Amino acid sequence: MKIEGRAWKFGSDIDTDAIIPARYLNLVDPEELSKHAMEEERPEFIKDVKKGDLLVAGKNFGCGSSREHAPLALKVAGISCIIAASFARIFYRNGFNQGIPLLESPEASEAIREGDRVRVDLSTGEIQDLTQGKGFFAKPVPPFMQDLIRHGGLIPHLRRKKSKVK
Amino acid sequence: MKKTSPMTITEKILASHAGKKRVAPGDLVDAKIDFALGNDITAPLAIQAFKEIGARRVFHRDRVALVPDHFTPAKDILSAGNCKLLRDFAREQHVTHFFEIGEVGIEHTLLPEQGLVLPGDVVIGADSHTCTYGALGAFATGVGSTDLAAVMATGRLWFKVPGSLKLIYHGKINPWVSGKDFILFTIGDIGVDGALYQAMEFCGDAIQRLPMASRFTMANMAIEAGGKNGIFEPDDMTLEFVKTRAKRPYRIYRSDPEAHYSEVREYDASKIFPQVSLPHIPSNAKDVRDIGRTEIDQVVIGSCTNGHLEDLRVAAKILKGKKVAPSVRLIIIPATPEIYRSALREGLFEIFLAARAVISTPTCGPCLGGYMGILAEGERAVSTTNRNFRGRMGHAKSEIYLAGPAVAAASAVKGWICHPEEVVKRR
Repeated sequence: MKIEGRAWKFGSDIDTDAIIPARYLNLVDPEELSKHAMEEERPEFIKDVKKGDLLVAGKNFGCGSSREHAPLALKVAGISCIIAASFARIFYRNGFNQGIPLLESPEASEAIREGDRVRVDLSTGEIQDLTQGKGFFAKPVPPFMQDLIRHGGLIPHLRRKKSKVK
Repeated sequence: MKKTSPMTITEKILASHAGKKRVAPGDLVDAKIDFALGNDITAPLAIQAFKEIGARRVFHRDRVALVPDHFTPAKDILSAGNCKLLRDFAREQHVTHFFEIGEVGIEHTLLPEQGLVLPGDVVIGADSHTCTYGALGAFATGVGSTDLAAVMATGRLWFKVPGSLKLIYHGKINPWVSGKDFILFTIGDIGVDGALYQAMEFCGDAIQRLPMASRFTMANMAIEAGGKNGIFEPDDMTLEFVKTRAKRPYRIYRSDPEAHYSEVREYDASKIFPQVSLPHIPSNAKDVRDIGRTEIDQVVIGSCTNGHLEDLRVAAKILKGKKVAPSVRLIIIPATPEIYRSALREGLFEIFLAARAVISTPTCGPCLGGYMGILAEGERAVSTTNRNFRGRMGHAKSEIYLAGPAVAAASAVKGWICHPEEVVKRR
């Protein structure tokens, strides 16, 4: 499974309050929720983000609360993949459960610049910065996790498996 | 008899719930869940997911708690809708532990108080501070709404067994120091990802002297160091806390003396003084005496971290016969109705009201910028909560200083951040 898009660069320890402030957690409509993604961290993010863009961050991305609204808001905003030096553990689980692939690569996180064109191959874990002509490797995403991402997250994935059995 | 490999308390609890003799860090296990919880923020998404996967019944009606504590009593129409969703689902599923206004308290103080989470349990909650129950000697960790849906449907969840970080505290505990100061100091030492994916096991003679309230506070903030769980071995104090509350049998686990730890750190408790974590990250911890004069606009005493009766008693000791500085607003939030009533009976409210504090019904409210004390642009708060992320309690240009109840109450009186001894004589 391959993903290609433009990179948005963020720093380290981006917390879930930065990704989606708690005052919006009463919103149940994912579209409405996504309009507030990163609004204080980067006000221009939601205006300029395009479907398929990637997010590149430093260490401990998604620290803080367990709100699944955080990966959900980023997914609905159009983010196709997140590359970070490391992830906070609850966000890591929530990200995959929401159908966003997460790759850990301190080297890629360091080198990729804002606006670079990036291509990712989930099967091999290869990350290419097409703008700079550099390559990096993260741990590959196993095939069943790629299926989960293709289906849009754990819930649609389970529903599909169930209907297949029937 | 063949000697089995030594394990930590975390490994033992996970092994027994996965039906295995032993597990090691990195193993993936499918474990039975003893108790699961969701709140008015996270349960709506979980209920939706539960229905989408076609689940019919929750795995056990007595082992699921739905706790509308974040934006309650409902702060607006959307929040009221979310509470209604929880209420309707609880009725439809005959969920025993749905807490209505008047019974509801902050989930992580309420569930141990009600004896619903117990030593030796595996507990998951769709709230990051679920790690609080580790104070009882349980394995407890926060998950997202999708994982909660899976548990509500099946009663099981997969885990990667975490490595364990052993944190030992020796020696005398200084005056006005509580578990909050220990944990802020520790996070200041290891950083906000210092325990990433790991179990934080707290022990040592100083820990054995810490009351349960302080242990809950420390386990609560394991997540602020990136930890998967925080845990304490049960002792007499734990059993004393649990014995009158437990609604079902429980099991005590202890780490083997030869258990393997990824790292061991030792702290001299006598060198830990009241701490403050400066904006905008919990690891920014400093000795309160090392902070220059920092004037404040608001103080919050409450939350799942420090809304215990013991915390309110400490605040009352400092506030007794004093007035909050005219430039400061003091908001006190007992974590549960039981704590509220005890504080009232002990006369603490009289002290708080005379000091010009406001007392709120139990709610998470201001901790996450929900309501009941939002900060304006440029305002500064001292708060006994657990996160000082930018904008967490209100405007993106407001500031949060994390502290224990003693520093918080003393600062409310002074009008700037100070050591409790600047307000009251040495105990």
